[in-house]
Amino acid sequence: MKSGPLAYLLLAAGILVLATTPLYADNYVVRTAAIVAMYGALATSWNFIGGFTGYPSFSTAAFFGLGCYVGAICQRAGVPMIAAWLIATLMVGVFAALLGAIILRLRGHYFAIGSIAVVEVCRLVVSSWSSLTGGGDGLNLPLLHWPPEELMRFFLFVMLGILVLSLIATFLVDRARLGFGLRCIHQNEDAAAMVGIDTTRYKVAAYTLSAIFCAAAGAAYASWTGYIDPTESFQILMTVKVPVMAMLGGAGTLAGPFLGAAAFVLLEEVFWANFLDWNRAILGVVIVLLVFFLPGGLLSLHLRRRAKSGGAA
Amino acid sequence: MAIYSQILANGLMLGALYACLAVGFSLVWGVLNVINMLHGSFIILGGYLTYFAWHAWGIHPIVMLPVVGALLFALGFALQKLVINRVVSAPVLTTLTLTFGLDMILYNVMTYWFTATPRRVTLDLGAVSLGPVTLPVDRLFGTALALALTLLLYAVMRGSNIGRAIVAVRMDRSAAELMGIRTERIYAITFGIGALMAGVAGVVFASIFPITTNVTGTYLGKAFVVCVVGGLGSVPGALVGGLVLGLVESLAGHWFGPQQAITAGFALMLIILLTRPTGLVGVRGYE
Repeated sequence: MKSGPLAYLLLAAGILVLATTPLYADNYVVRTAAIVAMYGALATSWNFIGGFTGYPSFSTAAFFGLGCYVGAICQRAGVPMIAAWLIATLMVGVFAALLGAIILRLRGHYFAIGSIAVVEVCRLVVSSWSSLTGGGDGLNLPLLHWPPEELMRFFLFVMLGILVLSLIATFLVDRARLGFGLRCIHQNEDAAAMVGIDTTRYKVAAYTLSAIFCAAAGAAYASWTGYIDPTESFQILMTVKVPVMAMLGGAGTLAGPFLGAAAFVLLEEVFWANFLDWNRAILGVVIVLLVFFLPGGLLSLHLRRRAKSGGAA
Repeated sequence: MAIYSQILANGLMLGALYACLAVGFSLVWGVLNVINMLHGSFIILGGYLTYFAWHAWGIHPIVMLPVVGALLFALGFALQKLVINRVVSAPVLTTLTLTFGLDMILYNVMTYWFTATPRRVTLDLGAVSLGPVTLPVDRLFGTALALALTLLLYAVMRGSNIGRAIVAVRMDRSAAELMGIRTERIYAITFGIGALMAGVAGVVFASIFPITTNVTGTYLGKAFVVCVVGGLGSVPGALVGGLVLGLVESLAGHWFGPQQAITAGFALMLIILLTRPTGLVGVRGYE
């Protein structure tokens, strides 16, 4: 799917707004900006497997949670923070490649169920392996003794960095042979295999790409909050929320997942602040409306209007 | 050996409950090709209705069974007719997301009205001993009820016109339409039956275990596992899947500790998914 100039403009404007929040807004806004950037990175990485390849992957939370834990365990062992993030990214990337080689043989509903089960198995293993992970008590990370504003600003730029890297990766994949092959698989996997695309290798590449940015974001998130536990790190809610964000913006586009994540997080903040008892139901309503009225995402609104005016002319 | 006969008994009792819990989910997945994320919440809704009827008006769970079944059938039928039917042939990402969104709404409504406090109907029926095996009577009763309900569904699917129409739609939607079956209506009825079975499973569960909205995800997870292990969309599949899962969980709980029981269930599911995607008793081509 092609992104028009408007999408690029919105993307650049969005990143600019997020990056400049520390200049004019208070810590709460900067924190929200960092969360937007984080979910933007998660949704953009999901896009590789879900948007390009069309596989209904619900394993985002597994990669995020494993990233949290690998990063935390490394940091507690004395590895410097940034190095711990890199190790987490690398290890989860290898894990995703191996796992992908196994579960990407499944299709459709079976793949969806299998990918959700991966999240559950990871959560259960982490919460029962107490000697390494602290079990249900969670893990504390070395505290960063920085002033709160500085801490927030630092993690805002870290999350923005991960987001930008995931966008660059999307941009490159989109223009490369890999992106073309993934879109072929999306349309018809058997035909793609027939014309000589190594579907397994392509799918594993997409799955791994979808994992590494989640792992980096997870490891950074762990350092940011200073405490992680299994329920918080491996949330089924997150694993469905991220694809919803990508679809809200427009799955398979460059800018869509980030814009969807921004819209979703802002909606969520508004609902949390104003309708504490009902925020979950309201998000549910948003999802239902999205499925019915915006199946192509927010970006398709613009395309649809353009198509309509083009047809009239 | 005494300990193993107890484990076997526990596993089989648990397995019958799992079969009843999952059979509606399996039917919906098999016939509609929809992964119904609402299933866990339907079970808890059935459980809560039972609890409050018992607590407030002293109505026995057995009396509530048909009432809950009818209410849940109506809810499921309406949901499918008005909402899910519009996207029923869309890819799994769409339908799964839609039912997840609906689940968020139902979950929120239940937590708001009922709060998340664990509740159960305490019938206090004591326990019976059969040689080395001790069985709590309420659980034994629940197991029998769960089995009876599952078999009743089997009889309905096999013997009634509606059941045969559902099987026909499952086998070939277009051919069924040509034979004059109104598939949209069959979809709504099937989803209604799925909700009904979840509701009556909730009645049974509320009489045995404490229930709270926090366990909707756990029950949904059980339904996933039973479905994949046994094979999709058939009553015997759910029965086999349920019993196997019950036994595996009991044994794993005994060998590796209760925490590992759930992990063993999911591990079993992943292995079956990869080695035998049709499930243990599924038919090839129906996956």
